[in-house]
Amino acid sequence: MSEKIPVTVLTGYLGAGKTTLLNRILSEPHGKKFAVIVNEFGEIGIDNELVVGADEEVFEMNNGCVCCTVRGDLIRIIDGLLKRRGRFDGILVETTGLADPAPVAQTFFMDDNVGDKTALDAVVTVADAKWLKDRLKDAPEAKNQIAFADVILLNKTDLVTPEELREVELRIRAINPFARVHRTERCAVPLEWVLGQGAFDLERILAIEPEFLDSDLHTHDEEVQSIALSSEPPLDPDKFFPWIQELVAKEGPKILRSKGILSFKNDPQRFVFQGVHMVLDGDHQRTWKPGEKRESRLVFIGRDLDEAALRKGFAACAA
Amino acid sequence: MAAAEIPSLAAKVRALEAGSHVVAAVFLGESAAYALGEGEVLLADGSKRTQAHAGAILDAASDGSRLFTSGDDGKLVATNAEGATEVLVDGMGKWIDHLALGPDGALAWSVGKTAHARTKKGDRSLELPSSVGGLAFAPKGLRLAITHYNGATLWFPNAPEAKPEILVWKGSHLSVLFSADGRFLISSMQEPALHGWRVADGHHMRMTGYPARVRSLAFTADGKWLASSGANEVILWPFGSKDGPTGKEPRMIGRQQARVAILVCHPKQEVIAAGYADGLLLLLRLADGAAILVRQPEGGAVSALGWRADGQALAFGTEDGKAGVLAL
Repeated sequence: MSEKIPVTVLTGYLGAGKTTLLNRILSEPHGKKFAVIVNEFGEIGIDNELVVGADEEVFEMNNGCVCCTVRGDLIRIIDGLLKRRGRFDGILVETTGLADPAPVAQTFFMDDNVGDKTALDAVVTVADAKWLKDRLKDAPEAKNQIAFADVILLNKTDLVTPEELREVELRIRAINPFARVHRTERCAVPLEWVLGQGAFDLERILAIEPEFLDSDLHTHDEEVQSIALSSEPPLDPDKFFPWIQELVAKEGPKILRSKGILSFKNDPQRFVFQGVHMVLDGDHQRTWKPGEKRESRLVFIGRDLDEAALRKGFAACAA
Repeated sequence: MAAAEIPSLAAKVRALEAGSHVVAAVFLGESAAYALGEGEVLLADGSKRTQAHAGAILDAASDGSRLFTSGDDGKLVATNAEGATEVLVDGMGKWIDHLALGPDGALAWSVGKTAHARTKKGDRSLELPSSVGGLAFAPKGLRLAITHYNGATLWFPNAPEAKPEILVWKGSHLSVLFSADGRFLISSMQEPALHGWRVADGHHMRMTGYPARVRSLAFTADGKWLASSGANEVILWPFGSKDGPTGKEPRMIGRQQARVAILVCHPKQEVIAAGYADGLLLLLRLADGAAILVRQPEGGAVSALGWRADGQALAFGTEDGKAGVLAL
């Protein structure tokens, strides 16, 4: 009936500045009302009648896949909030500093009621410019949050030197070259850099920027890496879909995020898809424009990915 | 069959504006009452309004004389047909997610991981391993079924010395109900599936194949069929034999363009009222699947349905705040 309610997920390791960002979103005069799902009451300094405490209950789906997890508490809370859907324009979900963003994101794809009525807009990760490097060494959660992000606020930039800042940014880029990174102090950013991103909207998967793919400007992270694949020859859908489905079924736990823009043989439309672990969402997006380079591009961000096998498998999908 | 070709009772519907998401539609005596998303209760076929909660009504049930509602304001309130409200529980602001009414005036409610029961012997509570997905009293014997992650717990709130029995099945279990004879317990799961247990011996019954999560389920008046949403038609599982649906195929009636959002079984006859995600409302006869139109598809999904005890009237409401009564 009406438009889907956008949901923004705020993640970030302990002390990075999530609550500062949340309070900023709630207090700025943008005329929008938000329902807020927080992990701890009392942190929010703004009066808001629609603040709900979450329990962070991660449920495995009963389908044999260990990475198919959803946040049971979010499903319950959003069901409740939807009974007052005229009262707010968007939902903000704040996760704990130690939370894995995947079950939160998967909830929006795996629960049909939540997925019908709300849409995940973006995962926004707040990172501490001074301490992120250390956390990436000792906290796998911090690495997941960077790998998963659509938008990263590199916060507390006033506490580091320009050299340190550049170094930490390179570390972020090594893990996740596709997120939009904004340098901030006290999370001071225009809110349009955080809200209304449409990061999970298939219509908005416009480009996968080639400069990230080839350049050596980044040092590779030893554990979490991104792999970009491209193919000029058009793909055979009867080869590609079985390959990608088997890949995510087998390697899903290692693949944090995936995105693709695909050109199929004898198909005038471009096909776009994106995924979280083994959950894939894809559709025809629009007709290829005259003169547009019909190239297929595919990106995986994950842990211990087998790059050679991915390249070989993808190459075999050519028509 | 397209909605336009179905014989219609729409002329016998009295429509009304509820104004917000209709959470429940029931009858208090002769007249319809509605629990609304904005915390109001609408009484006397919509002619009277009272504010029962300061926030959303999350769950509701009726014993025929009062409407019990639980809210995100942490209160459980009973409202009678005249509009008099009584706060039965004040949970200090924490959402009361679910409530259930039982035999002999028993009342149960849940707040997060805690289930509470109020009987003539007083209030008792039980901590569950995870958030409560649903509550249902057995038809006899003051036994409460509580669903949660990885199963359901059967609890005798009046027998604190008896250890609660846990029926295990992997996955997240949500709404729950007993068959009218108390022999079977059915839960709807986070996956598009139902799970059933034979209470006597824990025998499992898996009911799968749904395209979407099942959000509404009910037994027919004679107890022989379990009707469920979760598809573009009503799915009926046979419960006439002692093994329930084990090894049997379900029946399907009322196939339409949109998904079935909610259903209720007629209290006496073999008729089901089915509301769809596009606002369509049909009466479906079990014997042959024949359909009668109550409401054309329009606006939001049908979100609440309730028969009057005599089966001569049906109240309904939708997500976008429309409501009405069909008088047969």
